Amino acid sequence: MMTHSRHLRGLAIATAVTITAALTLVFFYAPLDADQGFVQKIFYLHVPLAIVSLCGFVLGGIFAIGYLRTGRRIWDMRSYCAIHMALIFSVGGIVTGSIWAKASWGHWWVWQEPTLVSYLIVILMFATYQPLRFSIEDPERQSRYAAVFAIVGGAFVPLNFIAVRLSVEFVHPRVLNLEGGALPGSMKLVFYISLVGIALLFATLMKYEMAAKETRAETRRLRRALHACEDPGATDRPSRRTAAPVGAH
Amino acid sequence: MTGSGPPAPAHRAALAVLRKDLLLELRTLETVPAMALFAVATLVVFHFGLNRDTLSGQLAAGVLTVTLLFAAMLGTGRLFVAEREQGGFDAFLLAPVDRTAMLFAKVAALLVYLVVLELIAVPAFALLLSPPRLGVALPGVALMLALGDLALAVIGTLVSALAVQTRARDLIGPIVGLPLLIPALIATARGLGPLLDRHGSVSPQGKWVAFLALYDLVGALIAYAVFDFLLED
Repeated sequence: MMTHSRHLRGLAIATAVTITAALTLVFFYAPLDADQGFVQKIFYLHVPLAIVSLCGFVLGGIFAIGYLRTGRRIWDMRSYCAIHMALIFSVGGIVTGSIWAKASWGHWWVWQEPTLVSYLIVILMFATYQPLRFSIEDPERQSRYAAVFAIVGGAFVPLNFIAVRLSVEFVHPRVLNLEGGALPGSMKLVFYISLVGIALLFATLMKYEMAAKETRAETRRLRRALHACEDPGATDRPSRRTAAPVGAH
Repeated sequence: MTGSGPPAPAHRAALAVLRKDLLLELRTLETVPAMALFAVATLVVFHFGLNRDTLSGQLAAGVLTVTLLFAAMLGTGRLFVAEREQGGFDAFLLAPVDRTAMLFAKVAALLVYLVVLELIAVPAFALLLSPPRLGVALPGVALMLALGDLALAVIGTLVSALAVQTRARDLIGPIVGLPLLIPALIATARGLGPLLDRHGSVSPQGKWVAFLALYDLVGALIAYAVFDFLLED
């Protein structure tokens, strides 16, 4: 039953070790950037956060396909937790991006940077996942509609990036980018370790959230069973009423 | 689909629903006049907000796009209300027809609303804010608006079907729909910009036409793939 608390400790330890190692390397090993100096080190946090959160959104859409195909609630929970975590990570990503923009280009927000703008639109899109979900009362319909939204949102992520990139005539020169491959080897190594660290953090937190949800459902089920044993007459009606949607799946 | 006999062809079911919707609209005159009035009022607000008597270029394109978007949001919000409140969904699900027929019918209905809206709003825009050489560039403008309408109709229908079952549907529709529509709005506005400019080209830039066509195609395919799940009960 408690599938999500397995491996949780190992994963948490691996995350802590990798993140500590990544931060140590960022501050003591990675060379200072020739142009931007110390400020550039936020790159090791910002870019992994952005990549992991975008992958999280798309992952949420893929899990949602799993839910619509199988109808199993576990896929819905995975989709929900992936999007929830990706949303939290993306807020971190956009805040660090804004700080970096201020430090290197002098403005908190730069419309000429298509990645930043598309990223904001994607966040705005997925920020409506929860309001949509929680304004539907029936749990089965809630899962189904949320899955449809997650798939549509995930599919529109690439279209967003294309549209915004087409609309920017002049792209800000970037000293460091992923496609350019302009990173020296030592920076690249540190960057990849940070990326793995953030990805592990995402996986750990998502697993924690799923384990917590599972535990809560299990506790509720046990408590209901206990009440039913102690005093069958008194709690019969309410327990059957609350159990109905769970039993239906 | 438990009824006897083969299901009716999807196009006949879609035409029947479309006919019902248009007839209902024609008899009540509820949605489209409201959309048109809203669009004209928005143009007046833009005149005062921007403090300009005439608009041209990208500014004109932006004003026109945003005005049409706002008016389209009104129509989108009401698209499934009759089905929800008067049991149309149940009746449709009981009928032995393909569920996709509902998607086609609603997209077509919204498309008709939007075209009628534009037949009123674009002349009003030309009259009130006199963009330069709208007449010369009209074929290009019509092409961009048609592609934009298709995007609004497809995504609007999908979002409206999502939102109509929620508690706060008037809120959920616009906040879910707008971010999804941003790419299409970027393309419509930027494609219209040079057309409404005195020194710009008369035909729209190929990249925006191509992008809007791609957006419409992807949107239509996704809507086709997921719409059934919104009607399941």
